[in-house]
Amino acid sequence: MPEQLLQQIVNGLLIGFMYSLIAIGLTLIWGVMNIVNFAHGEFLMIGMFTSFWLFTMYGLDPLFSIPICFLLLFLMGMFIYRFIVSKVMKGPMLAQLVVTFGIGIFLSNLAVYLWTPDFRLIPPTILQGTWEFGELNLSIPKTVASIGSIITSLCLFLFLRKSKTGKAILATEMDREAALLMGINTERINSLSFGIGAALVGVAGAFLSTYYYIYPQVGGLFGLIAFSIVALGGFGSIEGAFIAGILVGLAQTLGGFFFDPAYKYAIVFMIYLITIWIRPQGLLGW
Amino acid sequence: MKNLSPKTITVGLVVLALLLIFPMVVTQIFPLQIMILVFMYAMLGVAWNIMGGYAGMFSFGQAAFFGIGAYTSSFLLMTFHVNPWIGLIAGGVVAALVAAAIGYPCSNLRGHYFAIASIAFAEIVRVHFNNWTLMNAAEGISLPMLDESFVNFMFHTSKVPYYYIMLAFLILALIVCYFVATSKMGYYFRAIKESHDVAEVLGVNVVRYRLVAIMISAFLSAMAGTFYAQYVLYIDPESVMLLAISVQIVLLSMLGGAGSVMGPVIGAAVLIPIAEVTRVWLGHRGTGVDMLIYGFLITIISVYQPQGVWGLLSRIGNRIK
Repeated sequence: MPEQLLQQIVNGLLIGFMYSLIAIGLTLIWGVMNIVNFAHGEFLMIGMFTSFWLFTMYGLDPLFSIPICFLLLFLMGMFIYRFIVSKVMKGPMLAQLVVTFGIGIFLSNLAVYLWTPDFRLIPPTILQGTWEFGELNLSIPKTVASIGSIITSLCLFLFLRKSKTGKAILATEMDREAALLMGINTERINSLSFGIGAALVGVAGAFLSTYYYIYPQVGGLFGLIAFSIVALGGFGSIEGAFIAGILVGLAQTLGGFFFDPAYKYAIVFMIYLITIWIRPQGLLGW
Repeated sequence: MKNLSPKTITVGLVVLALLLIFPMVVTQIFPLQIMILVFMYAMLGVAWNIMGGYAGMFSFGQAAFFGIGAYTSSFLLMTFHVNPWIGLIAGGVVAALVAAAIGYPCSNLRGHYFAIASIAFAEIVRVHFNNWTLMNAAEGISLPMLDESFVNFMFHTSKVPYYYIMLAFLILALIVCYFVATSKMGYYFRAIKESHDVAEVLGVNVVRYRLVAIMISAFLSAMAGTFYAQYVLYIDPESVMLLAISVQIVLLSMLGGAGSVMGPVIGAAVLIPIAEVTRVWLGHRGTGVDMLIYGFLITIISVYQPQGVWGLLSRIGNRIK
């Protein structure tokens, strides 16, 4: 029992770090331009397929396709912002909500059209097997993905705090008008943030593709979970999303362990509802 | 009906007459099927509109109410042989009560936050029904066969009775929506939509009126759910509680024009035939082309026509005047 519990905690942490990385991109987009990106899960799916095809066609290990995923999703995010999302920013609230839904449905069905709805898996590559510590099993791809998630999140954190562009993003997030008055090109910041948000989830996709099934609808669930995480962490808070991702991962596996695995995702959504009810600003929001 | 112009009433009666004649002229199954779906989604859109279009609560979880309605009447029929018409009312009441229970804690949420809360709620309901053995879990409920009659709400030889029943439901929903929109309550709803805080300061009991809007909406959606169950005679969580249904409802309301009585009807009349025809023509091979077009449409509509067809029509109307 204690070993099993410990194993569940470890599993929760491993999935939690992935959630963190996915949610950070979402919270960045949300915080900066107050747009809910319902296509976030589909961006993840695109990242996973990119890594899959690079492996299948060129034998490139998913670990090395990370920069390509980053760049591709960055450009895609900028493109989508420039030509679609920016056009609804001043439109009615409802259009802002629905537009990313449309993009998501389009992307996932484009994937069905191009690559069929089959489930795919990248065969074990450089990363395979498990580390065993007594009773405890640590899957190597998941561990590496978690470490990658931590490193990526740290890089983003440093970028936002140390670089001039990063500070401009934070300033825009805090007060758009004031940022504009200080000479920040907020429109450029918007498209940059959308690009970075998409790029981060692209990296998450590359990591996830080393051990998770790859199929066109994979994004749906991850996207919805990411919303709960963003809410729990505080909308727009990077650190909050990181911590909340880990908490949600733990809650999901422990909830499945103590109650019923069938309900593990219901628990995640319950967390969202309880959070916005009791503490609408989230753990680290203001 | 004091503020309806004679012209509007005439147009309405002509359209109604055409709809009443339609099944006598067109006897093929497919167009009839599409019309029934148009009415059903129009009703769901009208129900959404009361809380979304008027009171500003953009729900992406209407499928939960739709599903609760379908499940309540089907469960009562399967287990206790309760007449579906009683099940219809029971489903509406259950959905309205659930709506009140979830709406109360959410009564301070706005915009995005409410939208995501509604998704979270609907997903919890779906997961729960997928695992609820009393409701046959993921297996779903096959409705017991009853003799064909209006009293039993079941017809096996023809779709025409379903057509008229659904049309009657839709008209009922429109009447409810019209009275809500033109009553004092409708003004309260719109005040809440424009600004929560201002409405509150002006003395509108925001929590209460938001709850009323959600409950009316849930009741009407549940009625459509019972209709669906009686029409298809089989339900499972994946066919009546999907997020895709909720999104469809929001979308057609927006396409038609949220916040106008007839908006969702126009939206359903445009979107559902497109969705059904592309699904039948292009969807059978599972290539995803139908949904691809659908997603593209949503994106284009939100970018270029966010006020909906109704907004477009009234702008043209104003220009002519």
